Amino acid sequence: MSEILEIRWHGRGGQGTVTAAKVFADACLSGGRHVQAFPEYGPERAGAPLRAYNRISSHELRMHCPVLNPKIVVVADPTLLDSINVTEGAPDDAIFIINSSKDPSIIKAKINPTKNQKVFMIDATKIAIECFGRPMPNSPLVGALAKVSGAVTLETILEDVKKSFGKKFAKKIIDGNLEATKRGYEEVKEI
Amino acid sequence: MSKVVAVTGNEAVANALRQINPDVCAAYPITPQTDLMQRFASFVSDGLVDTEMILVESEHSAMSACVGAAAGGGRAVTATSGPGLALMWEILFVASGMRLPILMPVVNRSLSAPLNIHGDHSDAMGARDSGWIQLWSENAQEAYDNTVQALLIAEHMDIRLPIMVCMDGFIISHSIERVEYLDDDVVKNFVGSYKPLNPLLDIKHPKSIGPLILPDLYLEYKRMQHEAMSKVKDVVLQTAESFQKISGRKYGLFETYRLDDAEIAIVILNSAAGTTKDVIDIYRNKGIKVGLLKPRLFRPFPYEEVGEALKHLKAICVLDRADSFGAFGPLYTEIVSSIYLTKSQPIVINKIYGLGGRDYMPEHAKIVIEELIDIINTGKVRLYKDYLGVRE
Repeated sequence: MSEILEIRWHGRGGQGTVTAAKVFADACLSGGRHVQAFPEYGPERAGAPLRAYNRISSHELRMHCPVLNPKIVVVADPTLLDSINVTEGAPDDAIFIINSSKDPSIIKAKINPTKNQKVFMIDATKIAIECFGRPMPNSPLVGALAKVSGAVTLETILEDVKKSFGKKFAKKIIDGNLEATKRGYEEVKEI
Repeated sequence: MSKVVAVTGNEAVANALRQINPDVCAAYPITPQTDLMQRFASFVSDGLVDTEMILVESEHSAMSACVGAAAGGGRAVTATSGPGLALMWEILFVASGMRLPILMPVVNRSLSAPLNIHGDHSDAMGARDSGWIQLWSENAQEAYDNTVQALLIAEHMDIRLPIMVCMDGFIISHSIERVEYLDDDVVKNFVGSYKPLNPLLDIKHPKSIGPLILPDLYLEYKRMQHEAMSKVKDVVLQTAESFQKISGRKYGLFETYRLDDAEIAIVILNSAAGTTKDVIDIYRNKGIKVGLLKPRLFRPFPYEEVGEALKHLKAICVLDRADSFGAFGPLYTEIVSSIYLTKSQPIVINKIYGLGGRDYMPEHAKIVIEELIDIINTGKVRLYKDYLGVRE
């Protein structure tokens, strides 16, 4: 089962975290891989903490239950670090990707990683505001996850972000999100 | 060429309905089916299907409209979940009694009270005696494939019975997975055009359907429904064979996993079967001979075939995602009946799990396998019916 890449997303209702998990799964379809993307369904309220999951594998994914031991944990909302334990179940070699503008030492102290765990940071909210004027961190986070996981190339993830917007949005919004995804890919850093 | 996509179970089934292009669809929204019908309604409004969409005021009306459309001579579909299926209950029997091959995806949901929108099998199990054929699906791919195959079974001239295709609410209906779609033309040719039998709209040959039948004939009508049901198994297998030719995917009356040389086994429906298979691999690597049987055709129930597949086992646990309070779960009683017919006597226990969408985790499959190992080692059963993953 080690060849399955399992990811857990922590976000808040209305931030686009579930969409981010879906876009990432779609992008990972390339190369004949099997993918899953699913949220934990609870009372769906804007602002309430939520989790979403991805599984990516070259083999058929038969497991249909929440991810307990995620190799990668993505935290879309930094305020969640104070209210929930985002490291729960994370294995000793887990990777954390945190959206935050704070000083890396503060984030590292909050995560308190074990020796082999790695923490990455990206100021996804700031990138989103700069690129398309709204504090929706999912596009830069998808870019950052593509880079850190190595599961999918920048070109593929950009194609998929574009596809996910379909024809419903103005060109300005789509271009802004593509730029945000690219910057997420390029600006994510290990701390 | 088939197309590989990452879609939800609801999306996959909605796409199958688009490819089928039914004459009539009458539906009422209910979570978690809403998203399926909303997608299909978009296909209607976008002109991608020729279907007449009837928006009704309840599920009772949805099924009634389907009965009317099918009796008139049209291919009719709907979809529902949980309480919606419960509200249809009266008309389910009208559809099967009038031998109308209506197709209905059921996105399995629990029943109130307490109010709960999540996945369990209480809805479809409550409708198991309604004379409908039932196909069950582990994942989005199976839900899509079963939907494509369903009408060939229901509309077969020896059968002419309505059919449900079940998939787990949220766990499958709202999760994105890899699904392989068949080409529109391939599905269109596979499903074929609808041949109505005694349609009411054939006004040159007036007839009445579903009239009053007094005690001197009612029993004969019901006997004929059983007769039609008894032919379903063969048609399901023939259809699966044709389907394999267009898809490369193999289906049967049920699926077995590492069962042939097994000593203990789990019998389980739908999405939890996949999680169980992964845990079985872990135990197989430790040398424990454990296997799985996952029913696909639950109505009619293939007793002989299931009994044959399970009779060599020493101990079996049947997991039910629906309860019959004060009695064994609905799947358990079928499995015990199947085995009894073979004169074999494995120990069979029953666990109720996952009601109201409670997660079924690998840990739960492990608990069951450990208990089965203990039973064959000691010959002792603690409880024949018990609950899994519950706070006592």
